[in-house]
Amino acid sequence: MFSRNDILETINMIKEECLDIRTITMGISLYDCQSDSPGRLAEKIYDKVMRSAANLVRTGEEIEKRYGIPIINKRVSVTPVSLLCGQLDTAGAVKIAQTLDKAAHELGINFIGGYSALVQKGSCRGADVLIDSIPEALNVTERVCSSVNVGSTKAGINMDAVARMGRIIKDTAYITRDRGSIGCAKLVVFANAPDDNPFMAGAFHGIGEPETVINVGVSGPGVVASAIRRAGDCDLAEIAEVIKRTAFKITRVGQLVAREASAKLGVPFGIVDLSLAPTPAIGDSVAYILESMGLEQCGCAGTTAALMMLNDAVKKGGVMASSQVGGLSGAFIPVSEDAGMIAAAQSGVLCIEKLEAMTAVCSVGLDMIAVPGDTTAEVISGIIADEIAIGVANTKTTAVRLIPAYGCKVGDSVSFGGLLGEAPVMPVRTASPAKFIRRGGRIPAPIHSLKN
Amino acid sequence: MKSVISVVGRDAVGIIAKVSKECADCGVNILDISQSVLDGYFTMIMISDIDSISVPFSEFVDRMAALGKENNLEIHAMHEDIFNAMHNI
Repeated sequence: MFSRNDILETINMIKEECLDIRTITMGISLYDCQSDSPGRLAEKIYDKVMRSAANLVRTGEEIEKRYGIPIINKRVSVTPVSLLCGQLDTAGAVKIAQTLDKAAHELGINFIGGYSALVQKGSCRGADVLIDSIPEALNVTERVCSSVNVGSTKAGINMDAVARMGRIIKDTAYITRDRGSIGCAKLVVFANAPDDNPFMAGAFHGIGEPETVINVGVSGPGVVASAIRRAGDCDLAEIAEVIKRTAFKITRVGQLVAREASAKLGVPFGIVDLSLAPTPAIGDSVAYILESMGLEQCGCAGTTAALMMLNDAVKKGGVMASSQVGGLSGAFIPVSEDAGMIAAAQSGVLCIEKLEAMTAVCSVGLDMIAVPGDTTAEVISGIIADEIAIGVANTKTTAVRLIPAYGCKVGDSVSFGGLLGEAPVMPVRTASPAKFIRRGGRIPAPIHSLKN
Repeated sequence: MKSVISVVGRDAVGIIAKVSKECADCGVNILDISQSVLDGYFTMIMISDIDSISVPFSEFVDRMAALGKENNLEIHAMHEDIFNAMHNI
């Protein structure tokens, strides 16, 4: 049985410290939707998604009520759509995006992921079509998320794809310029993209996944920050213990919800993702955790070390709390979605270069960062190449979600609303890597012996 | 199966009576009550048996929340499994 204090602690975590389940994401395979006819393909995709996820939102709401814990998002990820685009043209691919968007609206889910391509070694026809269609697909849809994997530790970095994604991001920013270039907020460029990630915008249903699967992402930066504050003036080993204990409790709730959702929906349980995912809400910030450890502001000297410890302790605590762990599993540092990161970027303490260093020790990458609208495609590709290199060399997932906000300059702010938050436009170095990027080709896979 | 009902708010006459009546109306059997009043602030934790509950549990949760709203209290009914998961290995 549990004590009165245990009960009050749980209630306090939920009511005061923003503990929630960030997402229940159902992965759905679309392999059996293949068809000669583009119209029939779209029809089959619509039917499959609607059929598989029919009860997702209702089930999520039931669980929410039963345990009194908010489940913020119910989402769907699908097989990378590029695998179904081999016989389509870009208009046909956009039609698939619209089909997914329609399904998302009718199901009542806020995002559907998987408008994706995996091109770490090279691009097949379907991937070419899908990548070319991304700007228009993100322009005409509201809830579709797109991702492109351009590098992996085993394959190296596809620099042709890196160069291309710089241009695609610029085009997406332009085509959605009337909405703060919001298309770019739904587009991620990955290295070592996981197959079972429940978080958007990077979720897709990987090629080795079952027919359908339930993956759950937990949250809880507010809970961790409060626990550290309560711990008072102790040394860092003790702080790590506090984080581990807290992460354990948070993850146990994720595991409970995942099991329950899996049983109610009759869909296999996949993984619990241990990521600490912030929201723009006050008190739900990863930056505040780092500051509660003793940094004056996130981005100052010591930030990378604090983040490394946080990320490691979250995993150590979380891994014992769940039978299956996967996805991204790390601390997220999206600038626009984290009140503390926004403040640090606005004050100039947090810069892109520091964020890049931080991504070497945490999940996931340069996330939700607005840069000036006149940033060139080559500079964006250069930033992507740097970030992907960190992931490829360190055998970890890294990602880039940059928003070159059309017409905006440093000091401006772009608002996306809801969980996507508000991004201060951050300065980037404008010296050109154009010649390097134009060389194209593939950066070979890194060696994994002779470690030093 | 058990449910944990928490009640927090400014102290007033009849809080326990109102919560207990709602439980009785829904076929929920009270097993344990722990209650305190500090500086006029009322906190109660009630453990109850929901094996013979006569309404869907989600409806019971809604009725408790509504009762809280009517009386200017925060009332939450939660299934015991969330506490078991978090605090027991």
